[in-house]
Amino acid sequence: MSVTSIDKDLDNLTLVLIADFEAPRERVWELWADPRLLERWWGPPTYPATVEEHDLTSGGAVTYFMTGPEGDTHRGWWRVESVDPPSALEFTDGFADEDGNPNPEMPTTKVQMRLSEHDGGSRMELRSVFDSREQMEQLINMGMAEGLEQAVGQMDALLAG
Amino acid sequence: MVVDHWADDALDEVFHALADATRRDILRRSVAGKLSVSRLAESYPMSFAAVQKHVAVLERAGLVMKQRRGREQLVRSDPEAVHRAQQALDELEAAWRGRVDRMSELLAQTPGQEERNPRTGETR
Repeated sequence: MSVTSIDKDLDNLTLVLIADFEAPRERVWELWADPRLLERWWGPPTYPATVEEHDLTSGGAVTYFMTGPEGDTHRGWWRVESVDPPSALEFTDGFADEDGNPNPEMPTTKVQMRLSEHDGGSRMELRSVFDSREQMEQLINMGMAEGLEQAVGQMDALLAG
Repeated sequence: MVVDHWADDALDEVFHALADATRRDILRRSVAGKLSVSRLAESYPMSFAAVQKHVAVLERAGLVMKQRRGREQLVRSDPEAVHRAQQALDELEAAWRGRVDRMSELLAQTPGQEERNPRTGETR
């Protein structure tokens, strides 16, 4: 298992995750920096992501859509706040309407990702914060991407097997 | 929360929890803010363990929630709000755990041999 620790702060609506990989930091960075690799892990298997725009520069944008089992598509975007390859990336992650325009009524989360060399491999520290309690509530109300539940279901199946 | 929707046994728990003056007092205090169990225990002429039991009764009834903050256990009411935050963060956690698992799988493959997205078959 690569997830080393998870810390959830209910008051500040923050998730902090630490994951250790055996691979060198540059290869982990590539998973973020190469759109063809990014789309292989960003969405759950039932909602794979297709990355369109991918501009990892400060102020740049990443746009993507996830395709559901019924062919339904769900658009999302990142607004890149800061980038320091291969060690740091900060962005805001949100939803978009069908035309790809950011949907202000949908929740956004701020993501801070740091990569460091660790124990012959690399360590990824990821902090994800809901922008507001209202937005967090919206996320629950829309049931979040159904894919998440399915991803968890798949994990359960693996664990049970 | 609407009482009509509560199952009978859940109501029993609530009324049982509220049938005690100390527990009603703990509930009032935890509505006002977050207090640690040890801080609460200082306010009553009883042992820490006894106060902890009262808190446990309130917790079972869904009236308060305990939340770990460092070495302390904080007691707070408005369990619905806490529960919803928990739910949202649990979902976020599940999403990121899935992502990290997939990242590991990709990293386990030989560099340069990463396949393309199997679903869209993109080979751009």
